Amino acid sequence: MNTARAATTILLKEVRAEFRARELLNTTFIFALVVVVMFSFAFDPTAAESRRFGPGLLWIALLFAGSLMLQPSFAREHANDTLDALCLAPVSPFAILLGKILANVIFLGACEVLLLPIFAVFYNVALIPVIGRLVFVLALGTFGLAVTGTVFSAVAAQARMRELLLPLLLLPVLVPLLLAAVEATAGLLSDTPELQTTWIELLAGFDVMFFTVSWLLSDFLLQE
Amino acid sequence: MIKRLIPAVAVGALMVFGGYAALFIAPDESTMHAIQRIFYFHAPSGMVALMAFTICFIANIGYLVGRKPYWDWLAVAAAEVGVAFNMVVLITGPIWAKPAWGIWWAWDARLTSTLVLWLLYISFLLLRDLIADPDRRSMFSAIYGIFLFLDVPLVYFSIRIWRTQHPQPVILGGSGRLDPTMYKVFDLCILALTAVMVMLIRQRYQLERARYEVEELRIEAERQISAVGQA
Repeated sequence: MNTARAATTILLKEVRAEFRARELLNTTFIFALVVVVMFSFAFDPTAAESRRFGPGLLWIALLFAGSLMLQPSFAREHANDTLDALCLAPVSPFAILLGKILANVIFLGACEVLLLPIFAVFYNVALIPVIGRLVFVLALGTFGLAVTGTVFSAVAAQARMRELLLPLLLLPVLVPLLLAAVEATAGLLSDTPELQTTWIELLAGFDVMFFTVSWLLSDFLLQE
Repeated sequence: MIKRLIPAVAVGALMVFGGYAALFIAPDESTMHAIQRIFYFHAPSGMVALMAFTICFIANIGYLVGRKPYWDWLAVAAAEVGVAFNMVVLITGPIWAKPAWGIWWAWDARLTSTLVLWLLYISFLLLRDLIADPDRRSMFSAIYGIFLFLDVPLVYFSIRIWRTQHPQPVILGGSGRLDPTMYKVFDLCILALTAVMVMLIRQRYQLERARYEVEELRIEAERQISAVGQA
């Protein structure tokens, strides 16, 4: 089986499992929503302030939600030792990783679709005029988050306290992604919306680099 | 014993000389005076920390390629020593900043990157603590270590652009031309601290090796005891 087909199979398996249980998406979306609401209580921003804080808040909510949501990605496979079975399959380890990364991109994307309208209403930001460019920024950020999160979820799955460990492994590494995504989003939500190429380049660079390294290291990551 | 003592004494002497040079030989800086002398240890510590993290990265790759336990010993030794030097930077920075800037901490580009670097490698050490199986610990921390090191330039780069876009609360006095003696003392301090780093990594490496050997002996002893029990 070639890598693309194997990855698609894993992707469909993940989506099917999630569709049956529907625990990951519900929990993550509600968690992100709670962060958005709590932030409003903690800072009580005025209309002008909420536009200033908005992009940062959106990405903090997504990163926190992501670091919790990506944790079961590999930990779940440990419960019934299904990871061993997956690794025995005659496909490249990268295909397994890729399938899981893509599944996580879909799950995170679904959360964002649900979260964005609520965020726009709560924080009084006009998303419609910039929606195309915003989706582009979100896609770049989400992909980077999914790649690093999925790989580190495989690392954290080996350790004790893995639920707590994944955010710890993930968030400091995501500092460049957070900065770039927040600044790019802020550029879109400002009075004169523009796509800041420096930050887009940084986001894309982050994605390309981490995806390439994940591909190179996937053999080591998934050998039992 | 003598063989182990000589390098330690040499490194100690180098440090004492470096300290003396920084405090008494280096000329007085015109605006900051005595407080500026902390730079002779502050900046070299930062450089040495980066060197240690580079050694850790090389050891991580070495482990993935060769799967030899000594690469893992080197990785943990370098990471711990790097974190220690990184902390020296984070502590001496505010000590200087308080009299010079009037505040302990500013979210200035360099301070912030150093702090993120510290957080990254603390996570690396935490991960190692939480994986019980030695082979898995070596393998998965090596993978994580490679990601960390590749993240470092991105961290520096992103924080630099982020900071130049925001108003800067404090600006370091323009570096301009430095007195040649200052350069010499500075280089001496880099040399001294690098020697300290090498010595510490060597010590920590030997400790890790001893731990590994004890663990091997323990496993072997348990195997023999259970073999006797079954017989």
